[in-house]
Amino acid sequence: MQIINDFKMTIDSKSVNESFARSTVAAFVAQLDPTLDEISDIKMAVSEAVTNCIVHAYPECVGKIYIHAAILEGSRVKISVRDKGCGIMDVKQAMEPLFTTLGGERAGLGFAVMESFTDKITVRSKPEKGTTVTMYKRINGRAAL
Amino acid sequence: MPVRIISTTQRVTAFLEGEIDHHTASALRMEIDDAIQRNKPKTLKLDFSDVTFMDSSGIGLVMGRFRTIQPLGGKLVVSNLSPQVYKIMQLAGLEKIAKISKREEVNNADNK
Repeated sequence: MQIINDFKMTIDSKSVNESFARSTVAAFVAQLDPTLDEISDIKMAVSEAVTNCIVHAYPECVGKIYIHAAILEGSRVKISVRDKGCGIMDVKQAMEPLFTTLGGERAGLGFAVMESFTDKITVRSKPEKGTTVTMYKRINGRAAL
Repeated sequence: MPVRIISTTQRVTAFLEGEIDHHTASALRMEIDDAIQRNKPKTLKLDFSDVTFMDSSGIGLVMGRFRTIQPLGGKLVVSNLSPQVYKIMQLAGLEKIAKISKREEVNNADNK
């Protein structure tokens, strides 16, 4: 699928950057004239992916989070969120709703939300190497309303 | 992430504002739990009227407050949710542990 426009950014895995990351990706996607609901879906999905990096990939340290957002042909958006953290031992289990390794205040819904609010998600992970989450979403935009 | 809390022994109401994510949730948790422990209310109400964004960290916040109030015999009410937030609370099955409701103006818009 051909990329029409894209941008990359690298942020520290600090929780204060969660809102910066989701707002920045949402601002980039704005060129497709999305509906408020579509913007909200994008923000939610990015927020979950970035939070996972902060909470799970780099639990004891501050690492780098690599975000790549691309506008594809046919008003589709591809968003990749990559880390070089601890990786996921069992991706299938990690993606089950309510599964969490942390308990307490974590609901275990990160991947479930990403799946619900985008069209497609792929997760590649290697223990000790890192994880890449790639999400695709078609933006129908306000013109479709 | 500011929160305004009105407390009586009957009810603690927390008016949440702005964006709820992993970064903002921990301060909210501490303030709300502090009010619960001081008042031991029969009802904890979380009012989402002025919440502009929430991800699954907000679900964790609601589930955690249920676990705080339940041993005290209290019940949890979550009100004035935006359609988006209502959707993710349903996804999480929160209606099983709390009374959840959408914003009124949304209902009015639906009736037009």
